Amino acid sequence: MKKLEIVIKPFKLEQVKEALTNLGIQGITVTEVKGFGRQKGHTELYRGAEYTVDFLPKVKIEVVLKEDLVESAIEKTIKAASTGNIGDGKIFVTPVEEVVRIRTGERGEEAI
Amino acid sequence: MTKLTTLIFMFSMGLIFTGAEAFAGEEEPKIVAADTAWMLISCALVMLMVPGLALFYGGMDRSKNILSTLLLSFVCLGVITVQWTLFGYSLAFGGDVGKVIGDFSFVALNGVGLEPNGTIPHQLFMVFQMMFAILTPALISGALVGRMKFKTFVVFIILWSTLVYDPLCHWVWGGGWISDLGALDFAGGLVVHISSGVSALAACILLGKRKGFPAEPMPPHNLTLTLLGAGLLWFGWFGFNAGSELAADAVAASAFVVTQIAAGAGLLGWMFTEWYHRGKPTLLGAASGGVAGLVAITPAAGFVGPISAIMIGVIAGAVCYMAVVAKHRFGYDDSLDVFAVHGIGGTIGAILTGLFATAAIGGTDGLFFGNPGQLVIQLVSVAAAWVYSFGVTFAILKVLDATMGLRVSEQDEVQGLDLSLHGERGYTL
Repeated sequence: MKKLEIVIKPFKLEQVKEALTNLGIQGITVTEVKGFGRQKGHTELYRGAEYTVDFLPKVKIEVVLKEDLVESAIEKTIKAASTGNIGDGKIFVTPVEEVVRIRTGERGEEAI
Repeated sequence: MTKLTTLIFMFSMGLIFTGAEAFAGEEEPKIVAADTAWMLISCALVMLMVPGLALFYGGMDRSKNILSTLLLSFVCLGVITVQWTLFGYSLAFGGDVGKVIGDFSFVALNGVGLEPNGTIPHQLFMVFQMMFAILTPALISGALVGRMKFKTFVVFIILWSTLVYDPLCHWVWGGGWISDLGALDFAGGLVVHISSGVSALAACILLGKRKGFPAEPMPPHNLTLTLLGAGLLWFGWFGFNAGSELAADAVAASAFVVTQIAAGAGLLGWMFTEWYHRGKPTLLGAASGGVAGLVAITPAAGFVGPISAIMIGVIAGAVCYMAVVAKHRFGYDDSLDVFAVHGIGGTIGAILTGLFATAAIGGTDGLFFGNPGQLVIQLVSVAAAWVYSFGVTFAILKVLDATMGLRVSEQDEVQGLDLSLHGERGYTL
């Protein structure tokens, strides 16, 4: 089992969710986050004073998958989230040791 | 034949009209229903400016101080209502003492009944003036947000209203020396805006900067609130300016019209100046410019025409923007720019009234209509309002600093005043 942490531009959330659910993925967790990468921040203007905002709003999706779905999930996510501009985001892939469904106590792939 | 009849008819009507006027002159002053109705509405309109101002300010501050910022304005509705009822009204509008202050004849509204004052009940005049007295210290609060002790603020506004607002109001509207001078201040350029703006400058200098200013960015946390507030202010300002005629008549209509025109022109003046200077038009700029235009037309409404109102609004919008930018050069932390918008805007309005006033509207000409003396009078009255407001505010706060302390602890300031002073939060998400 693998976990994908997908950081994307907030307005791409709908499309990425569609792409993942089309693969048969049954659950995702979404968080509004802030951060910066190579895109850096932006400037804001209030009454003539410029403020530099270092952290940009992004959306982070966490999804746990069976091994065989990982590559296609990555591929579909890239397709859905890409604008071709700097700041499109990243996907982090990590191994997952165990998954437990709280209601039934099922474990492993059964519980995903 | 028909012509002759018409002439005779008009002539006799003229006689009746003149006769009626002469007769009315001898009669006791009478309450006029239309004037009373308009003034009741105007009072309510001006009252709405106080929560409007609270929102205008609240949105510009940081989210951890939203409630404390709202409360600084809103509490004036409580404190000054009682102060004005007990003795404030008497100090401003009681019998004149030496052209500087009213006497105690109206203390606790003694003798302020429902008899006519002009063409409206005396109590209605009193409560209309009360709304002005409430709004003015609320305006100052924008310079003090995020760091002032609440209890010191409450004592401050009682003292400030008693020692600054009430005397100044008497000088200009209560039969004091500035009104004898012939200064034009239709709805409070001196009494409301210069007094609050200049006092805000004195206050924020004594109070000191917010922790972290200016190195740490402190952007507005919710400009949608600010626009709502600006909208309520604009709406209420019709009562503020057109109501200051104290009658539902032609001058009130003229004041209403130029209020709208100057506000619109101010919006554009600020927005385009910022756009030119920084490359982008902003909502906060448009909202601030509208308010700057309203501030500047306040003394001039009832004295100037529509094209003059455009000039006044555009100049106020542009100059107030520049005053905000200049703040960063001087380094004082007038947090929400009370001095730049109300102090400078009020000063511009009072001076421009001396240029643009025309006898055709308000009975007095300014410099551009052949009466340069009016400009001199305006300048003298502006200087008096500046010096008096700054000096007395400075003295009050020096005393409060020595006795009660002005600032909250650094820990409370960092945590945010909503939690540390009031034990509540604006947003629980």
